[in-house]
Amino acid sequence: MAMVSSLRGIGARVVNGVWRIGFGSRFFLMTLFYSGASFRRFHLTVKEMFSSGVMSLIIILVAGMFVGMVLGLQGYETLKRYGSESALGTLVALSLVRELGPVLAALLFASRAGSAMTAEIGLMKATEQISAMEMMAVNPIARVIAPRFWGGVISLPLLTAMFSSMGVFGGYVVGVVLIGVDEGSFWSQMQAAVDFQHDVLNGVIKSFVFGVAVTVIALFEGYDAPPTAEGVSGATTRTVVQSSLAILILDFILTAFMFRGD
Amino acid sequence: MPALKIKPRFQYVSSEALVEIRDVNFAYDSRPILKGINMTFPRGKLVAIMGLSGCGKTTILRHIGGVLRPTGGYVKVDGQVIHDLDQDDMYRMRRKMGMLFQFGALFTDMTVYDNVAFQMREHTDLPEEIIHDLVMMKLHAVGLYGTQDLLPAELSGGMARRVALARTIALDPMLIMYDEPFAGLDPISLTVVGQLIRRLNDALGATSIVVTHDVQESLKIVDYIYFVSDGAIIAEGSADDIRASGETFVHQFVYGEMDGPIPFHYPGGNYNKDLGVRA
Repeated sequence: MAMVSSLRGIGARVVNGVWRIGFGSRFFLMTLFYSGASFRRFHLTVKEMFSSGVMSLIIILVAGMFVGMVLGLQGYETLKRYGSESALGTLVALSLVRELGPVLAALLFASRAGSAMTAEIGLMKATEQISAMEMMAVNPIARVIAPRFWGGVISLPLLTAMFSSMGVFGGYVVGVVLIGVDEGSFWSQMQAAVDFQHDVLNGVIKSFVFGVAVTVIALFEGYDAPPTAEGVSGATTRTVVQSSLAILILDFILTAFMFRGD
Repeated sequence: MPALKIKPRFQYVSSEALVEIRDVNFAYDSRPILKGINMTFPRGKLVAIMGLSGCGKTTILRHIGGVLRPTGGYVKVDGQVIHDLDQDDMYRMRRKMGMLFQFGALFTDMTVYDNVAFQMREHTDLPEEIIHDLVMMKLHAVGLYGTQDLLPAELSGGMARRVALARTIALDPMLIMYDEPFAGLDPISLTVVGQLIRRLNDALGATSIVVTHDVQESLKIVDYIYFVSDGAIIAEGSADDIRASGETFVHQFVYGEMDGPIPFHYPGGNYNKDLGVRA
């Protein structure tokens, strides 16, 4: 009997999960369909870029700097064993541009901006602001959701670029300034090894995909949150957990397509 | 409970009624919320829907706004069955309506000015100078000129309700709906909001529907009252009719008495048995 009920419980969770994926996909398509106003009245999108992008700048820059510094230290330790310290610039730059930049910036973005988006939309719903907009004949998907979606999707690749730049700078400070790796080889090897299309562009594509995933999850969770304090807090937690998992899973899929053994 | 024998005052033909609700039934899942509701809201009048919390009052407003679809019957607004309209027509109709939500539902990330200007910017191509003048006039009408730069968080409950009222009348709607406009207000704010509702209705030539359980304030301002209990209309009439009503539920409600058909105790089973005491 206990087994039947636990099986039933698993079944219910799976069915519920599939329903939510369906609702989320429809929500995403509706957001794309009603995106016109976000571009016609671009100031709405710029405002959201400010709150999700500019307000995340500090955490992104500081985290990027420290990740780069750790890469510099660890990379130097490993490369020294093979007498390849001069390749430190390459190691730092490739690690950041291909993987760490897009992934870590997206994780930070999910916990800083994604959770804020969910809480804001959830509270707007709980305080009937979304209903009020509907009653004023203003489509909340077009007016509230789409500008936030595009604000997030545009912001994340820019934040990722800054994260990676700060990381390279952090690696330079540790590797060149503190440890004493040759400055010329640090920069020249980096320049020679990093390919714009293969490395930088693929990194940008990754961060764009992560931006779509994080903002859709954050906005959907907020829009779908029960209008209570527990409902909004639960939705905020789900945003961070689901976005983080989505980023890591998508990263594996994208990496498998972009860098399969070359 | 038998319906109160008061002859309805409004014997209008359809064209004179702005909103008509006929035989409306509504259920959430299989739980009935509205049971065969019939209501008429004549143009230019201020009508209240009263009843206990959870009796289905707000559900009626949501039907008039086209947010909910009845499971039986129909709701006509300005001659059109609202739940049969497609989204574009529905939005067109809603532009002619205004709704004041229970706690104002002001947009918390916008100033008072931007809140009141919201619909003007969304639905009209008016230049910003004209919008400015209109916003100032609306704020002046609710007695809050000078608050335009404040954020909703900086307003008291009564002020927030009045700003929401200014936003509701921003486009001079033909129908204004109020969902519990008096909830949580101090006595002065309560009178101010009540008088504003009456005055705005008359000045704009609008039709107003007030959903409330504040009897004393409502009886001062409304033209007609529907009493709803458990999803059905149990009494209707003018303020004087209601005050003089001999119907036990209406009497208990109007005078706020503890004893009456609405029991004090939740029907929670046998209390004495639970305590192990013989009754």
